[in-house]
Parts: sequence; C-alpha cells; structure tokens
Amino acid sequence: MEVAADIPSYVKCRKVCKAKLSANRCFKFRKLLKKVSEEELFSKGHRACSGCGAALALRLALKAAGKNVIVVQPTGCMEVVSTPYPETSWKVPYIHVAFENAAAVASGVEAALKALGKKDRVKVLAIGGDGGTVDIGFQALSGMLERGHDVVYICYDNEAYMNTGVQRSGSTPLGAATTTSPAGKVSFGEDRPKKDMPRIVAAHNIPYVATASVAFPLDYMEKVRKALEVKGPAYIHVLAPCPPGWGYDSAKTIELARLAVDTGMWILYEIENGKERITYKPTVKKPVEEYLRAQKRFRHLSKDIIQRIQEEIDKRWKEIFES
Amino acid sequence: MFKALRLEEIYEKMVSSEEYKTGGWRTFKPVFDKEKCIDCGSCWIYCPENSIIKKGKADYDVDLEFCKGCGICANECPTEAIKMVLEEK
Amino acid sequence: MLKEEVVEEKKVKSYRDIMAGSKAVATAVKLCDVDVVAVYPITPQTPIAEYIAELVANGELKAEYIKVESEHSALSACVGASAAGARTFTATSSQGLALMHEVLFIASGLRLPIVMVNANRALSAPINIWNDQSDAMASRECGWIQIYVETNQEALDSVIMAYKIAENKDILLPVMVNMDGFVLTHTYEPVEIPSKELVEEYLPKYEPLISLDPENPVTMGAIADPNYYMELKYSQVKALENSKDVVKKEQEEFYKLFGRKYDLIEKYKMENADIILATLGSVSGTIKDVIDKLEREKGYKVGLVRVRLYRPFPKEELLDALKGAEVVGVIEKNVSPGIGGGALFNDIKSALYGKSDAKVIGFVAGLGGRDIPPWDIEKAIEICTLAKKEEVEETYWLGLRRW
Repeated sequence: MEVAADIPSYVKCRKVCKAKLSANRCFKFRKLLKKVSEEELFSKGHRACSGCGAALALRLALKAAGKNVIVVQPTGCMEVVSTPYPETSWKVPYIHVAFENAAAVASGVEAALKALGKKDRVKVLAIGGDGGTVDIGFQALSGMLERGHDVVYICYDNEAYMNTGVQRSGSTPLGAATTTSPAGKVSFGEDRPKKDMPRIVAAHNIPYVATASVAFPLDYMEKVRKALEVKGPAYIHVLAPCPPGWGYDSAKTIELARLAVDTGMWILYEIENGKERITYKPTVKKPVEEYLRAQKRFRHLSKDIIQRIQEEIDKRWKEIFES
Repeated sequence: MFKALRLEEIYEKMVSSEEYKTGGWRTFKPVFDKEKCIDCGSCWIYCPENSIIKKGKADYDVDLEFCKGCGICANECPTEAIKMVLEEK
Repeated sequence: MLKEEVVEEKKVKSYRDIMAGSKAVATAVKLCDVDVVAVYPITPQTPIAEYIAELVANGELKAEYIKVESEHSALSACVGASAAGARTFTATSSQGLALMHEVLFIASGLRLPIVMVNANRALSAPINIWNDQSDAMASRECGWIQIYVETNQEALDSVIMAYKIAENKDILLPVMVNMDGFVLTHTYEPVEIPSKELVEEYLPKYEPLISLDPENPVTMGAIADPNYYMELKYSQVKALENSKDVVKKEQEEFYKLFGRKYDLIEKYKMENADIILATLGSVSGTIKDVIDKLEREKGYKVGLVRVRLYRPFPKEELLDALKGAEVVGVIEKNVSPGIGGGALFNDIKSALYGKSDAKVIGFVAGLGGRDIPPWDIEKAIEICTLAKKEEVEETYWLGLRRW
C-alpha cells in the first residue's frame, strides 16, 4: 500500500486544496490517520526548538512503537531536550549513556531481555542523531548490526551536529555551510557529499533498512512498525529538518522535508530481506534549487555548484525512477 | 550534614516534563477556523509538541500551555483553516 | 538439620583443582550465574574471555555472551544489560581499560552493579603487554570499588564477593577486581572451587532496585545541570564511601560460609615492626619471603600491609596498622608522573599527614613486567632502614638497569 502518497498537502478538498490527488487517496489518508494511536509517549514540555523535525520524529516513532519498548539514546539534541533532571519527556523506559555507544548499550539491553526471558514482550528502540550514528557511533552500530541484535535503530538526520551549534557531520550534504564548514572566499561550504548511511547499513545484510521523512508520517510509522516486527536488526534513517541549523522559518519544517523528497534530494525506500522498493515516487520532480534556496545554509551557493548538485540528483533519479 | 540520596530517592524525584510549560516561548499562536476544517488531521500529526487537541469531528484546538508557536500546523493545513496571530501578553 | 550442617554439606561438594587465574575467574562467573557477559579479547585477559565462551558454548553457563567489537562497547553493553536488570560481567586489561575510561564513570554514575576483572597490564607507549598496575591506577577516580588480589583463589573469591557488594541496595556500584596479568592470569595454582549451592547460599538471585521495564518506566542517564549535578555526585560518592563497611561485612559473611578470611588490608608480621612496607597485588608474596629472610639473617623487624581494597581507600585501617611504624615503604607497580612515586604512595602519605610522624618512601617497581627480584626488595628495606637515621630521597625506582 502506497501510504506515502497520501500526504496531507496532496489531499484533495474539492474547494481549496491545490494538490491534484484523487478523492480516493484523500479518503484513504484520512482513514489511515484516524487509525494512528492517540497515545502520546513523548511528553509535552520537552525543550526542543520550536518547529523541531527531530522531536516530531521521536513522537511519531513512539506512536508506532507503543509502550512496550525500551528506548536507548546517544548524547545529542533529543537526549538533552527530553531529560533535564528531574524532568523527563519519556513515558517509556529510557537510557542514555554516552555519545558513541547507543548501539552497544542497546545490544546489552537486548541481551539482558533475552537472558531474563522478556524478549517477546519488550522491544528495543535506539534513536540517535546523525553525529551519534554515522560518525562517532558508527563502529558500535556496525557491531550491533553484524551481531544480529534484535534492535530497531532510528537515525534522525538533521545533517550536522546541531546540539553543539551546527558543526558538520559525515551526514552534512555537499555545499551546506556549517560552523566548521563555513562558506568563504575560497570555500563553498561542505566540500564532500553526504555519507550514504542507509546503503552502508544495508551492506550488513540485515533484514530491514528504510529511509523516511517527517513529512510522510504514515509512511514513516509504517516503517517503524515493520522494523519492530522483523527478527534481527532494523534501521530507519529519517530526515528531520532543523530550523536553526538549516536556517528557515520554523513553520516550514514539513514543507522542506517534503521538498527534499520532491526534488530527489532524499529518496524514500525500504530494503526488506535484500529486496529494495521505492515507497514514494514524487508526482512532479521539482528543481533542487527550490529546496536549496529555501535554506540559509545553502544561500551562498553559486549557479555552478547548484548545477553540480542537480546533475548528481538527475543521475540518481534516472537510476531509481526511470530504470 | 547534607543528605546523600539513595538511588530510589534520586528516581522518585523525577517528574514529567509537562511540569515545564513551553507555552511561554511563543510569539504567534494558532487560531482555528472550524468552518474550514476538513478533519484531515494534518495539524495533529505534524505537531512536534503534540499540542494539538482533537476535540471532536473537524474540531481541533491547541494546548496553549505548551504550543511553542512554530506555525507548522498553519503551514500544513490544506484548507488554511489555521492562522498564526500575534499573541498579546 | 541445623543451618551449620546444611552449610557443611554444601561445603563437601566443593573441590580443589589446579588452574590458571583466568580459569578461576571464569569459574567464579559460572558460579555466580551471570546473565550477560560482554568481553573483548586483549592480552593478558584473553583466556578469561575464552574460558567463559567455552562455558557458554558447552551450556555450563546459561548467559548471553556478546562478542563486542571493542572494549568501549563491552562496557557499554554491560551498562545496557545491567540497566535492564541482568547480572553482568566484563573483563579487560590495559589499553582496553583505557578505552573504557569514559564508560567507567557512567557505570558508577548510573549506579550499576557491574563486575569487571582487570588483568593488570602496562599502558602504551611504548607498547608492552606485561604486568604492572598503571591501567587500574589511571581509573581510580572513576567511582568504582577497586580490589587488588594476590592469588588465584583470592581472584575467584573476590568475584563472588564483588557481586554481593555491588548489588547491595545501599551501594549499587560497579566493582573492579584487579589481578596481575600473566603473574596470576596465566599461572597455575591450587584453587578451591566452592559448590554452586554454597555460592547460591551466599549470593542470592539479582533483584534490581531500578531497571528498564515498560511496566514501570524510568529515565536513566538524564542530564543534570549545575542545579543538580553536585547533589547527585555527592550521593554517589557517599555510596562509595559507605561501601567500605559493606565490603567488611561481606568478607565476614564469606568467611563464615566458605572458611576463607579476607580483610580490607592484609597485615603480615606487624608486631614490633618499625619498618612497614605497603603494596598491592601478587608481589606481596615475594615481599613476605624477603621479610622472613631478613628477619632470620639480620633480625630486621619489617612488616607488610597489602592493600586489598584500594577504593574506597581504607584510611582508618591503614592509620591503625601503620601507627607503630617509623618508616613506611610503598612498593608498587605504577607511577604517578610529575608528582613522584606511585598512586598508593601518595594516598598513604596523605592519609598519614598530621596523624603520624612516619617517613613515607615510594618505590616504583616492576613497570612493564620488569621482574621484582628479592634483592630489589631488600634494597628497598635497606633504604627504609637508612631513613630511620638520615635523610633519604622521597621516591626511588627499583630495578632500573644501567645502560
């Protein structure tokens, strides 16, 4: 079922909606949304910035997971904003240990559940940012995947070290200006393309790998649900825009996340037991410039660099959608 | 003498973050036009603060104690049934 | 049957064997019915990792054995497992302990009763796989209970006691049992293996006070800002300080059941001794021999205290033991660069300050596996004897070779 296609902005309300989706799809989206759990396991009062994409990623993940999970988090934005002692935003058991070891901690939690005979009742969900996942936490994650622990690992990707004030990570895209990859007279910002983490994870031959976006909540939650269902490790890489880090108005979080998908900057797919499937194909391919110009971190980019990025996307688009 | 807490006491002191009202961060607040609402649920599902309250059929409201005023709900509403208005305090 | 008779019967099922220290440790892990083991092999800890893997492979120990990809992950996995309510074990050495350093603080800060055996080994550079105690000494501020053992028997017994101490509801702190790499881990000694029943009598099934459980969700590892950090640290440090009495109590309990007596500090020939040596770990065997020899041959009155519990530091016990000493010579296999002597020397000096007029002399010895022969210990004793009459240096390095 192409749940992802049924995103709200495409909902066709006869009078006002600009989207061109059929009434049928609109109906389906609404029906599915009604089925989403109303239980909120990520409490209000967390200190995430206004319009935080990652906070939404957490909220939705917990909606999909339900309360029988143990959450493990590495150090990062979401850990800091959700657990200022003596307060906590977590209504599920939660542990934070350090920056680089969430996957190792999750491995230990899972092993304990096995040893204590609680494995069938309780799932383990690790949720880390891109820094804690693709950079410093990479080794522990690779170990966890290779050992086959029954853990779902979600990486909320805001494409830089946002917690410490926007320093580049391995997940920062080409051309993005961060405080450690600033644009200058001889620099156009980050000079290396984004690390293709989902592919690297998939190379571990684990049962389930998916990409997701906070703009496609049903698609994302369905993937979380699937990931929890499979036996063995599962990985979801969810793009989560960051208003202060990317430089845009907080209201545009979802709009940008959707634009990333519609321009081909971010592709929604899943790899189930080695079989790859695109879960959403944009109806119209938008020029990447639209996405880049909407963010301060790309504002310095020259036509040349934008052209280079567009060409990369075109190549990928062709491979994925037109082959 | 200062009191060393036992481990269970350290945990007993913990409370929900709902004790901290983030509503104070807000500059603009969302205002709902029920007439225009088509009950799609976009505002509810996209709120990072889970501060949209489902009151009934095509009837949504906002929890002003927690809403940070990001404006995502208004931006995502397909029928423009939500407007962000400057809040007078 | 009387309780004593029951215990006697369980004792009968104990047996003696000759085994390497690493096997003694693995046997203790089996006897303690550990739920989760996460270890990464490193010389000279490797045989511990191997023996436990064998026990698990043979079904003799029903535990989850996590074959982690680093020591950092080994301890991290133990933190996760312990937080989820499992009895956990890890073992490491030297560079491995150094890699764990960050997580050591977290394990104690989160108050998790993890037990670790550290096979003491020198730290790089220059890289060196042989025994000294610099690795554990570099971790002494991590908030762990630290024990240093002398024999394989003591290693086995200490692991069993470590769980009892760590899991005490008033303490809930991790315990590091230090045993000299190669000297103990690879050396065969007779060891009495207690029966499973006896160990069960001593060490009940682990019931966590706080654990990750959806029925009763808790948040572990929350961020504490300047408003709370100090109070939480204070509580943790007090628990460590209070653990001294628990260690004492559990050693007594252990003696009652198993018949082997341990103390916070082990004293040897203290009566009328005006020179008292202090040390940690397996070298005390050699020191005792030298003390006997000098007593026989020259009539020297030299005593020895072996510090078994190093953290929390048994200050009162040491003060009491050293009160008659004119000179205290600390022989240890570690060095505190930039201050002189080793860690124990500096700790003893600070403990004695204002409480005793004894001269304290530090002897750095046996670094990187350098042998500590009897004549080096004799030399140290001669320096201590000299110190009674005249000024001597405050610290010495024993066994340094002239180029």
